[in-house]
This record gives sequence, structure tokens and C-alpha cells, in this order.
Amino acid sequence: MIWLNVIVSGVLLGGFYALFACGLSLMFGVMKIINLAHGDMAVVAGYTAVFLVPKFHLPEVWSFVVVVPIFALLGYVVQRTLFQKSIDRDPFTTLLVTFGLSVVIENLLLEIYTANAQSINIGSLIAKSWQVNNTIYVSYLSLTVLIVSVVVLAALQLFLSKTSTGRQIRAVSDDREAAQLCGTNYRHIFGIASSLAFATVALAGIAFGMYTSLAPTSGGVNLLFAFETVVIGGIGSLWGTLVGGILLGIAQQFGAHFNEQYTVLAGNLLLLLVLAIRPQGLFGKQVVMS
Amino acid sequence: MSDPAPTSTGSHRLAVANLTIHHGQLRAVDDVSLSVGASEVLAIIGANGAGKSTLLRTIAGLHTPTSGSITYEGEEISGLRTFRRVRRGISLVPEGRRLFPSLTLEENIQVGAQKAAAGPFSIDAVYELFAWMPGRRRQRVGQLSGGEQQAVAIARALVANPTVLMIDEVSLGLAPIVIERIYEFLPTIVAEGIAVLLVEQDVSQALAVATRVHCLLEGKTSLVGSPNELGPGAIESAYFGTTHSPSPEEST
Repeated sequence: MIWLNVIVSGVLLGGFYALFACGLSLMFGVMKIINLAHGDMAVVAGYTAVFLVPKFHLPEVWSFVVVVPIFALLGYVVQRTLFQKSIDRDPFTTLLVTFGLSVVIENLLLEIYTANAQSINIGSLIAKSWQVNNTIYVSYLSLTVLIVSVVVLAALQLFLSKTSTGRQIRAVSDDREAAQLCGTNYRHIFGIASSLAFATVALAGIAFGMYTSLAPTSGGVNLLFAFETVVIGGIGSLWGTLVGGILLGIAQQFGAHFNEQYTVLAGNLLLLLVLAIRPQGLFGKQVVMS
Repeated sequence: MSDPAPTSTGSHRLAVANLTIHHGQLRAVDDVSLSVGASEVLAIIGANGAGKSTLLRTIAGLHTPTSGSITYEGEEISGLRTFRRVRRGISLVPEGRRLFPSLTLEENIQVGAQKAAAGPFSIDAVYELFAWMPGRRRQRVGQLSGGEQQAVAIARALVANPTVLMIDEVSLGLAPIVIERIYEFLPTIVAEGIAVLLVEQDVSQALAVATRVHCLLEGKTSLVGSPNELGPGAIESAYFGTTHSPSPEEST
């Protein structure tokens, strides 16, 4: 029964990791951008929920209604300006630019809001949980985040596979030049993909701010978990991201069961194991065409 | 150098004048002028590295020329991005097919049709032209043979309803029987009034289908004319850059 508890809490945590990581996977899959500021963007989304949303006289639980559209728009604009400019130079530049962005964001947040931790106040909901039996409790918040995560991933998957814009995103991700020769404005498609990535990272940032607390430097460790999720699941596969997140969550909870300090270590060991056995990740694409 | 051969079909749909293109230090295309009109097939021939593909890619907007002009229906287009040129009606079937490997056959063609102009080549029309396609439309393109992939690449360009279709090295790596079958689509395209710009390594194939031939040698125009006017000796010397000395069998 103890192990069941480990698995349940691992799965719940994994939902959050998947939500956090899918934007990273999307940005890399489509634009080949490794966004080192991904974690910091989630923190900014959390801060926006804490400091901006109350101005709209909206309960903080509903902050995503405001923050997600803002981030979707921001994603398009940042892609069409900053990121596109760096892609046009070379792939290494994008790495430097996102790293720089990460440093700038952290320091701006420190400067403006100090190093104090902030959290998104969701009232009594934080303590509510569903008691499965004597030992297993499922918090409503965790369960909600897991459900949101699955819904978001399913919606993204549906969007990519069924809509014409989704088809163009996949085409551009396969071969940017050939997509242009089909009349596709790849810059616009990049903007849309980035917009989706930013929207999901905003959701993840808000979820994080509800779970625990956000500090200006929270982005870094979350970025690590997002990377691990993507690598375990396999780049370019959204369901892989979900499975990757869940496996990472279970591994971490498993480690934590023995000693709280083993939490991150257990996750890292799983990452190494996957890299050793299946470097493309569990659901990673293998290139079939010569 | 200007194009000496006036087109029989009247106005030029696409014209390139004094185009020079550099690859770094290398002058890949040097002062080339050509034009192609409706229902015309202009074959660009030349040895490896003569600048044929570079020329087509530049017309498509994938390279920026150093100097010269590219006009489409009398309008300068060298400032336009690739996707805008495609939407105007200039399509390129790139060398190496360049299909989208993670998309199905049908999805590949749908991407081509996304911003299509109005015209005769709907997806259904293309399926009629390549009758084997509908039955395999849900397959990933990686499962198709080389010749089939080439046909999909052509279909993907056709559904955009171009008025100028550029085709780069269709026959590369394909068996002669397959090449023959692929070229069967050409008369249909020409009948629709599409201007075709063809880069072909296989000279005899090019001569068989072209209304005019344009030979490049190290980036420069070395010969222009219609296939039945040009003797094999003239083509050979223009192709290899040897001085023209008629061989015994040719002078007979």
C-alpha cells in the first residue's frame, strides 16, 4: 500500500512535469530552439498571476483566464522578434539569447519583487483532498493539474494532427525549406508554435505557484525537470512527454520515500538509465526516410 | 548576354536578366539571362556544379542573387520571400524531393494545397493524374519507393496551381523505366499552359521533352537553342567546355 501511495503521488507530480515540459518539447521540436529561459517564463507567469491578476478583481484561482492569453500573445511576439533574429544567425545564438533572457528575467524579478517567495492564493482549495483509503490522499489541486495536463496534451495532439495549421507546424518541423516551397510562411508558423508553448508554460507556472511558492530563481530547477521529462519521453512526442513526466514523478517519489534528499537524485538516475538504454527517449521518433 | 531566342508563345511569364549568384567566394551563376513562356518547356542542362540548381533555387527565393533581375509577368520579384513567390505562382520541385517524412502522402499534398491559387490542379485532379496515389494516401511517404516519392513531390508542387513550375533533377537516382513514367505527366501540365523550367542531368531526356535548351558551363550560358536545331556536337562542347570540333560521325 505504501508503494501504491508512491505511485499515485508520482503520477500526480508527473502531470505537472508534463504540463511544464510540453512547451519546451514543442519549441525544440518545431524551431530547434532550446529555451533556457523556459523555467523563468513559468515564474514570470506565476508572478503575473500574483501581482497583475488581483488588479482585475478576479480570484487568483481564475488567474489563468488572464495570464494564458497574455502569454500566448507574448509567445508570438517574442518569437517573431527576438527568437527569429537569433535563429537567422545560427543555432548557437538562440542558446545564448535564451540563456541571457533567463539571467535578465531572474534579476529583474529580484530587483522588482525582492527574493521573497510568492504564492498564488487559492484559499481553502489548497487543503482539500480526496481520501482514497487510510493511507492514500489525493489532493484536489494535484488531481486538477493532472487532468488539465492530460487535456492540454490531448488538445495539442488533436490540433497538430487534425487542423491545417497543425499540419503546417509538422511540415515546418520536418523541413523548413520545403515548407516554404509549399507557400508556407514558416516565420508565422514558428510564431504560432511559440504562442502555444508560452500558453502551456503559463499554465504550468500558475500551477507551480498554487502548489508551492515561487521565487525569482525557481525557474532553474524546474527547467532541469522539464528537460528530464522531455528526454525520458522522447523529443517530439507529446504523449511521450506525459509518460516521461509520470515516470520522472514516480522515480522522484520513490527516492523521496527512502530519504527526502534522494528526490532529485532518483530522477537523475532514471534519466541516465533512459539515456543509456534508449537515447532517443521512450517515444522518440526514429528517422525512417533516407 | 541576352537571350537570343524569342519565345514562340509570345509574352514571357518568367524572365531572368543578367543574374549573378555567389556561394561565398564562388561565382556559381554568372550573368545568365533566360525566359520562359506559357506551355513552354525550357531545359537547363550542364555538368555537375554548373549552377543549374542554384539558378532554380534563386528564382524560388532560397538564395539571394548578387545582381540581376527576376521578373514574373513583367513584375520584379527578387525582393519577395519564397512563400510569396509560391503564392504568386512559381513552384519548385526541389532536388532530393524533400517530402515531409512524418506526414502521410495525402498530408504532404495538403500542405502544398494550403495556399493554392485557383486552377485546374485540385487534390482530386492530381489523384487522377497519378492514379496509384489515392489507394496509398494514408501511408507515410518514407514507405514509398523513390519514384513514388518523386511523383508525390511533383504532385505537392502542382496542387499549388503554379503558372511556372520548376523541376530540379527529377531523374536522379531513379531507374530509366521509372523516369519514363514520371515524365508522362509533363504533357498534361504543358497543356494547361504552365511554363516549365527543367533541370535535368540526363541530356537525352532533356532534349526529348524540351521546347528549348539552355546549357550552363561553370555558371555561364554556353548554348541556347531548340533541341532540333542543335547538333549533338554543339551540345557536347557546350556541356563540357571543349572547343567544337565535329566528330567524324557527326559531319556525315
